[in-house]
This record gives sequence, structure tokens and C-alpha cells, in this order.
Amino acid sequence: MNRRFVRRNGWHLLLIPVCLVWIYPFVWMVSAAFKTPREMLIGGLSLLPDDATLDNFQRAWTTAKFSTYTANTITFSIAVVIAVLLVASTAGYALARPGLPGKKVLVGVLVATMFIPHGYTIIPTFLLVNGLGLGNGLLGAALAQAGPALVVPVLLFMGFFSGIPKELEEAARMDGAGYLRTYWRVMLPLAKPVMGTVALMNFIGAWNAFFIPLVFTLGNPDLRTLGVGMYGFYGQDTTDWTGLAAAACISVIPIVVVFLFLQRTFVEGIAGAVKS
Amino acid sequence: MTTTVERPLEKVPVAPRGPRRPGRFRKHLWSYLFLVPMVLLFGGFTVWPMIASWWYGFFNWDGVGNPTDWVGFANFAEVLQAESFWRAFWHSFAFSLAAIFIEMPLALVLAILLNSSWLRFRNLYRLVLFLPVVATTAVIGIVIAILLDPAGGLVNRILLDTGLVDQPVNFLGSTSTALPTLLAIDVWKGFGITLIYWLAALQTVPKDLQEAAAIDGAGFWRALRFITLPVVTPIAIVILLLVFQRSLNTFDLVRAVTEGGPDYATDVVPTYIYRYAFDPSLQAPRYGFASAAGVVFGLLTLVVTLLQAPFLKRRLAGGKP
Repeated sequence: MNRRFVRRNGWHLLLIPVCLVWIYPFVWMVSAAFKTPREMLIGGLSLLPDDATLDNFQRAWTTAKFSTYTANTITFSIAVVIAVLLVASTAGYALARPGLPGKKVLVGVLVATMFIPHGYTIIPTFLLVNGLGLGNGLLGAALAQAGPALVVPVLLFMGFFSGIPKELEEAARMDGAGYLRTYWRVMLPLAKPVMGTVALMNFIGAWNAFFIPLVFTLGNPDLRTLGVGMYGFYGQDTTDWTGLAAAACISVIPIVVVFLFLQRTFVEGIAGAVKS
Repeated sequence: MTTTVERPLEKVPVAPRGPRRPGRFRKHLWSYLFLVPMVLLFGGFTVWPMIASWWYGFFNWDGVGNPTDWVGFANFAEVLQAESFWRAFWHSFAFSLAAIFIEMPLALVLAILLNSSWLRFRNLYRLVLFLPVVATTAVIGIVIAILLDPAGGLVNRILLDTGLVDQPVNFLGSTSTALPTLLAIDVWKGFGITLIYWLAALQTVPKDLQEAAAIDGAGFWRALRFITLPVVTPIAIVILLLVFQRSLNTFDLVRAVTEGGPDYATDVVPTYIYRYAFDPSLQAPRYGFASAAGVVFGLLTLVVTLLQAPFLKRRLAGGKP
């Protein structure tokens, strides 16, 4: 019994140090954000600042324009989520109709693109958005972000709507609800769990996106999102570590909080992607 | 067609006995309308760019106006002969190798551990290990770059204080250590997702099978070898493909932290393409050449993926009793 206790709890001796090292960058980031630049330079390794200051946050928020970047990131992420939800739920609903001609081909194409590498499609995407006249706005970037992110949400909605008993739809139709009304009033409210997963995954994805926002804000620094702004800040000022740490906190902490509150949904969403 | 019974319930048949095809189409008119946004968005931003990349690759083009300067396969030939491209390709591939041979096995070991119901705080551990995943790569990459700074960065201070090194190590600034350092950060960043993949896979192992094995006196290792691993193997292939795809397209970390330097020691294909297409220090963008590089990269990854397939299939077949 005793040996068993040791064997089972011995793992903590390994896991606890690993986990501490694992999240150390986050702990350091928060700690450094409250230190004065002077303490950062000469101070010891203590994680608790000697005299905590909010100067770094102020510098990041106003001078380094992280207030603008935060607003941009929120706009961008919400635009992506709305686009994905609307487009994926309508498509998923349509694809769940029994006997829709061409359904197999469409689903086949969707799935096939998942396994074809598309890291290299940025140039045509960029030119297309410019051609549509959306090159200088976050909307274009949001569409470019949402387009390739559609496959999994469409499949999730399709799976969900296919599983809803036909009787429900027929009942709605008997009551005189048309196609659009059935979708909007009956089916979509039922799909709330799927919508939650899709919204959360895409919100986090969009918040953390870097490539697309970087390319689309090259000509317009005022439209930068947090990730791109951080990159710009680092490029300009490699030595303002406390300011960078504060900026990093502004970028990372909101999304970490969102994740902590909704982690179950998020983790299940990722796990679901593998199982299906 | 079993729909004959249901037809009377549906309001749609405007031309019930009309020609078959248009009738069927009209029946599904709304469905097709509902598909239009997806087809436009997906077609425009996923399918069309794949095709257009090929087309642009045949032109010498700086992005101004329409591509007119047709150069045939010259761009493709230049990509294939460019040493810098192969260097970038090798680096991209190194990210995959690190993910497949370091991250995946380690994540599996931890997943097996964290899947044991007797381990206390396992949800907390899982949460901690997952945390880097939700942090913006570019941002957290820069934070780590600061920690690794040779002049006063925390890691070097510790290394110097404990006497492990005499000189500060310039982790990201020297050509010999920059790539391994980025690989390590990438493993740290992606570990949580792979862990969740494995945990999901382990959940598919039937409980009664495990219990039966325990009753038959199979120890941990035997149960692992003969029950867990065979059940998990098919999902492992999906995980491998997902991890492979993700790691090959590493861009954020490299761009934000080293910009491919020092002296292109960490240049990967996405940063290579980016440089030719968007870098402001370039006099004129070379969209045609960059597109060709993208196409070649896409083909190469496709070949590598296909090379894995038969090998994996054989292993899968061999794993079964």
C-alpha cells in the first residue's frame, strides 16, 4: 500500500517542476510588466516588483498604440466569428438536407482542401482582397481569415443538423414556416452548442492570427492587431523590456481569461476535430 | 426514392411533373441559395488562391497591373535551383521533424499519465500544459526572446550564476543555436494541442477492455502494448497529419522572433515566400517567383505526405493481431 502511494504521488515531483518552468514565461511577463525599467535592468530575479508601477501599461497603451490595436483585434475577431457562424451554419443546414444533388462533391472538396497544404496561397488572397477594394480595411482581412477556417465549422453544423429528427422540421413546415424561417427560428436556436464551439474556436484563432493581419496591414499601421503591433513594437524598441511585457500582457491576458472560462468547450472542440 | 411519402407535406413542388432535373433543382433552390455564401467565401479564399498560385508562377510580375510577362517555367526552375529555397525548405522540415519525433512521443507519454484516474490535479496539469497554445505566438515568442537575451536575459543570468557557462549564450543571435532554440519554443507552444489530441484518442479505448485486461492479470506495459496502442494507432495517423501540417507552416514564431535570421539560419519557406512578395526592403515584389516557390513547396509537402501514407498503412496493418 505504501509503495503504491509513493509510486502514484511520486509523479508530482516530476510534474510540478515541469509545469512551473512551463508557465514561467507567463509569470515573468506579468511580473516584468509591473517593474520599473531600472529594476528590470539592475534588479534581481525576484518576481515581486519592489515598487509596482503602471507606467509600462500606460506607455504600451498610448505611446505604443496598444489601445488602437486592442480595438482592431476585437473588431477583427468579432467580424471573423460572425462571418464564420453565418456562412457555416447556412451551408451546414443546406448540406444536411436529405438528397441534395452535388452534396458529396462539395463535401469532398471541403475535406480534400484540409489535407492540401495552403501556406502558399497568401499572394492570390492578398490580390483578391485588393481587387475587391477591401485592401485597406479590417473587413478584407477578416474575410481572408474566415474563408480557409470554414471547413471544420461547416462539417460540425452539417453533422448537427443531420442529427435533428425530421419530424421537427415537418412540424415547422406544417405550421407554415418557410425554409428561411425554419432555419432561423427553429433550427439555429437548437444549434447553440455548436455555435458556441465554433464561435470560441474562431475567436481565439482570430485573436491570435498573425500572418493575415500582418500582410493586410502592411500599408496601414493604424489597422494593426495586437500580434502585429507587438511585432512592430519589438522591431522599434528591443530594449524596452518592461514596456514589451506590459504590451504582451494586454495581448495575451484577455484571451487567456476567455479560454479559462470556456476551456471545456474549447478543448472538446479540438478533440472533436480529431475524432471526426 | 423514399421521398414520395413525404412530398405531399412539402409546399415546394411548383412543377410536380415537370422535367426531372429542373424539378429537383427547384426543390432544393433554397438549399443552393444557402450554399452561395460558403461557396463564394471558400472558393474565393481557398480554392481560387490554390489555382491562381500556379497561374502567377508562370509570370515575371511585380503585382502592378495584370501579369503579362509570361516566362514559362523559368520561375519554377529558379526556385528548384535556388540554394536559399532548399535551405528554407530544410528548416521548415526540421520543424516537422521536431514536432513528430519529439513533441508527439512526449505528448503521448504525458497523455497516458494524465489519463490515469488515480493522478490527482490532472485537470490542473492539463490546463497548465495547454496554456501556451492560447497565447498569441508572435507575442509570447517575443517574451521568450527577451528571457533568452544574451545581455541580461533571465536564462543567461541563471546559466552564468550557476557556472554552467562562462560566456552568455546568444541563443537566438548565433547561427548555430537559433534554429534549435526556435524548434524548442515551437514544441513548447504546440505541445498542448498534441496533448489534447492524444487524450481524445485515449478516450476511445473501451473501458471494459482495460478492465478485462486487468482481471486477466495484464500489467501496465502489457495493457499498453496490446490494448491501448492498437486502439489508438488509427487516430495517431490523423494526429500525425495534423501535426505535420501545422509544423510545416510555421511562420508567426520565426517572423516575429528572428525574421529568418541571423544570416537566414532560421529562414523557413513561409518567411521565404513572404520576403519575396511583401518585404518593403525589396525594390519590387516578385509575386511570380514567390508564387512559384509556394507551388513547389505545396507539391513537396504533398509528396512527403504521400510518402508517409503507405508506410503508415503498413504499420497500421502490422499493429493488428
